[in-house]
Amino acid sequence: MTDTLDSTADAVTEATALEHGLSKDEYAVILDRLGRAPNRVELGIFSVMWSEHCSYKSSRTHLAKLPTTGPQVIQGPGENAGVVDIGDGQAAIFKMESHNHPSYIEPYQGAATGVGGILRDVFTMGARPVALMNALRFGSPDHPKTRQLVNGVVAGIGGYGNCVGVPTVGGETNFHAGYDGNILVNAMAVGIADQDKIFYARGAEPGQPIVYVGSKTGRDGIHGATMASAEFDDASDEKRPTVQVGDPFTEKLLIEACLELMATDAIAAIQDMGAAGLTSSSVEMADKGGVGVELDLDQVPQREADMTAYEMMLSESQERMLMILKPGRESEAEAIFDKWELDFAVIGKTTDSGRMVLTHKGETVCDIPVAPLADDAPKYDRPYTPQPKTAPIKAEDIPEPADYGQALLTLLASPDLASKRWIWEQYDRHVMADTVANSETQGDAAIVRIHGTNKGLAITTDCTPRYCKADPYEGGKQAVAEAYRNLCAVGATPLAITDCLNFGNPERPEIMAQFVGCVDGMAEACRALGMPVVSGNVSLYNETNGVAIPPTPAVGAVGLIEDLDKVVGIGGAKAGDVLLLVGETTGHLGQSLYLREIHGREDGPPPPVDLEAERRNGEFVRRLIAKGLAHAVHDVSDGGVAVAAAEMALASKVGVAITARHDRANAPDLFGEDQGRFMVSVGESDARAILDSADVTVTEVGRALPSEAVIMIEAAGVVSRIPLADLRAAHEGWLPGYMRGR
Amino acid sequence: MKSAVIVFPGSNCDRDCRDAVEKATGTAPAMIWHRESDLPDGLDLIVIPGGFSFGDYLRCGAIAGRSPIMGAVKDAAEAGVAVVGICNGFQVLCETELLPGALLRNAGLDFVCRRQDLEIANGNTRFTAAYQGGRQVNFPVAHHDGNYFADADTLDRLEGEGQVVFRYQGNPNGSARDIAGVMNARGNVLGLMPHPDRAADARHGGTDGLALFRSVMESAG
Repeated sequence: MTDTLDSTADAVTEATALEHGLSKDEYAVILDRLGRAPNRVELGIFSVMWSEHCSYKSSRTHLAKLPTTGPQVIQGPGENAGVVDIGDGQAAIFKMESHNHPSYIEPYQGAATGVGGILRDVFTMGARPVALMNALRFGSPDHPKTRQLVNGVVAGIGGYGNCVGVPTVGGETNFHAGYDGNILVNAMAVGIADQDKIFYARGAEPGQPIVYVGSKTGRDGIHGATMASAEFDDASDEKRPTVQVGDPFTEKLLIEACLELMATDAIAAIQDMGAAGLTSSSVEMADKGGVGVELDLDQVPQREADMTAYEMMLSESQERMLMILKPGRESEAEAIFDKWELDFAVIGKTTDSGRMVLTHKGETVCDIPVAPLADDAPKYDRPYTPQPKTAPIKAEDIPEPADYGQALLTLLASPDLASKRWIWEQYDRHVMADTVANSETQGDAAIVRIHGTNKGLAITTDCTPRYCKADPYEGGKQAVAEAYRNLCAVGATPLAITDCLNFGNPERPEIMAQFVGCVDGMAEACRALGMPVVSGNVSLYNETNGVAIPPTPAVGAVGLIEDLDKVVGIGGAKAGDVLLLVGETTGHLGQSLYLREIHGREDGPPPPVDLEAERRNGEFVRRLIAKGLAHAVHDVSDGGVAVAAAEMALASKVGVAITARHDRANAPDLFGEDQGRFMVSVGESDARAILDSADVTVTEVGRALPSEAVIMIEAAGVVSRIPLADLRAAHEGWLPGYMRGR
Repeated sequence: MKSAVIVFPGSNCDRDCRDAVEKATGTAPAMIWHRESDLPDGLDLIVIPGGFSFGDYLRCGAIAGRSPIMGAVKDAAEAGVAVVGICNGFQVLCETELLPGALLRNAGLDFVCRRQDLEIANGNTRFTAAYQGGRQVNFPVAHHDGNYFADADTLDRLEGEGQVVFRYQGNPNGSARDIAGVMNARGNVLGLMPHPDRAADARHGGTDGLALFRSVMESAG
């Protein structure tokens, strides 16, 4: 697709537009707005700005339903990242973004540049990045590509984050055949800034210099945004040249240089060069500032000789920033970038023409109005056909396991629940010296201290794709509810969420229905739980040869901890403690991991989410934590009560005994995945008072054992015992064994 | 006590080291940019922090080892000033030959980040005296190239002369003879892969690292 001819002389036809991923109708709009045919450069610019990836043309209609405001919100969606108030004049700035398509084609660089991109979104706004998270979905462990993809993605995330020096503190990893052809790599970054030092893409005025900083522009990643807006087929490996190459060392320098410049007031507007690089960054700032731009492409620092205007405008070379400075501040800024040995070039200026004018080698290669690039971006209300509701499963169709303990062992060694130590030991989780809880501590949310204070940010990423597939609406609700629950479980006040909405081809009504259902569910949960959406990203066309991924609306949530001394993890259960279960248990087995891993069935409706109960139960648990009554807290999710108890036992290094309440058919109680529940370990002397005074459903389900290192499940008078050591070996053994090829 | 932390492009534990030294000694160190050629007068301690100096795009620590400031660091070391290189800083000290040996890629080939038990192999040094005979500490490790290598004669000499200061209990990277930290013959330059700067605060899960910096302060008098 790359044009090597003189771009202005090369005739553009409707066929060229289609090659660029535009539709006939979209091309007709361009002809109308320009009053002529675009040249190649102009067409390239329209095609990336109007790509699904940049324009959100299929999703905007529905994204508008998400709540985005609240007293804590300083900046909602629309800027590089969301900004929320965390008190004391500071703000948390965060976003989650996908890098799915590139990571499948080239896992190391795809994942690495995903981390780099999301970090830039955060420090572009003036925040020092303080934490990274990632939500990964791989295909079935049996698929021939899975092992290599896991290896490459994990090495890429570590290789980038470790070098940049931002701790990777948590995340989630699932395996399912639904991702065999399209893995998901969703990375989240969280930063902290002073509220009076936040920088935006808006704010440019005419007559200001446009400055390029960071790495040089090369021919990598050309049309990456367009690639990420299409499905895969058998020839997808040929798209490797569209994947960018990461340089974390330059990113580290860019962070330091930008933050040093941001300590002054020289910047009028700033935007990182991510998808669609120079095009997107200049158009966004021009559009938001209501100005025109003139760029002299000869001034763009270039890595390769003889780059065309088309290549420069569409390159997605990494570690680059575009800034609009206040006039006269150029030399001050240049001195800082000199110190950090980064390229610095004034490449143009803002104008009052409202046009984007590009010159290259003395010739005008593009002269188009800015407004249509943003304002006239296509917006589709695509047809959607909701799938029929899944039939409930019949409890009598699900035989009880012969041994509850063995079922628990199988679950804890299953790919989704097995320890991910092999992954997180490759991530530097401690750099910056503010990590309080991370993947190793196994808590429901990671925690980083706000530097120099005794406050902390709790961070979690959540989504249960199998629920979303069975019922997009309930699944969307559940993703938000679980994030809320995980923040409450460590004693944090939930603030807001970012999302990364991964779906298949929206032109198919059944896929569009998944998207609409999930967004509607999320919107309801966000409203009910007081967690607005402040940033996010949509990744569509995650399909190969017509097979779509399970709908995966990943949620990243951030909460505030006012006093780190009060934090509770899952590892604090003490011998003799009473294990309390907060929330209602109905024994919902539909779409449970138990059903899938023990009975080989993936059917039934997902557990419904009662948002009011979710909120009440979360508040109740936060009160227990605030009063210092909870020794350990764990949300009850995948695998139900038995798995929650086992995970608490493993983390706390104490045995536990769980007593089932029925004469028979105890599997639903033990392994069912009813929502809105927490397991809380409390001192024996406090248990009675908590049970008596609770204003939500709380029941006693077991005990932490005074001496024995076992998990005991007592059901109908039969006791099943599993030594903790066996459970740990099974739990820790699966992933390293798998990666070694067993 | 007067101390300095050297900052290279790509250092990422410079702030962590500053905070740990300040906490241990009560005085914040000076932060010295690598392009400087002079150090402040009267230093008692120089810390070369962890990170990925120059991206580790060449051999780890190789470019930083040739930075302008390293001439001054060598002079200070020769004058007897205490120098501690942590993680990437250890690699830099090996590259400058202030310490013997080299750090190879981890035997398991992967980056490894974990909390690590260490044996204090020599408690009678400028870096370990404040442990007061304690034999075991826990500092996190986080590195890709921490596999300590030296020829057998050098290793024998290091062990014989008490220059092995820390040993791994459960070797995370294949290091020869479980060596986690070594010092020079004179006993004023220490390099170690584990991070005392990340065991400096109750929130880190332990404060074992503080006594290392306190030892230097106490020996400085």
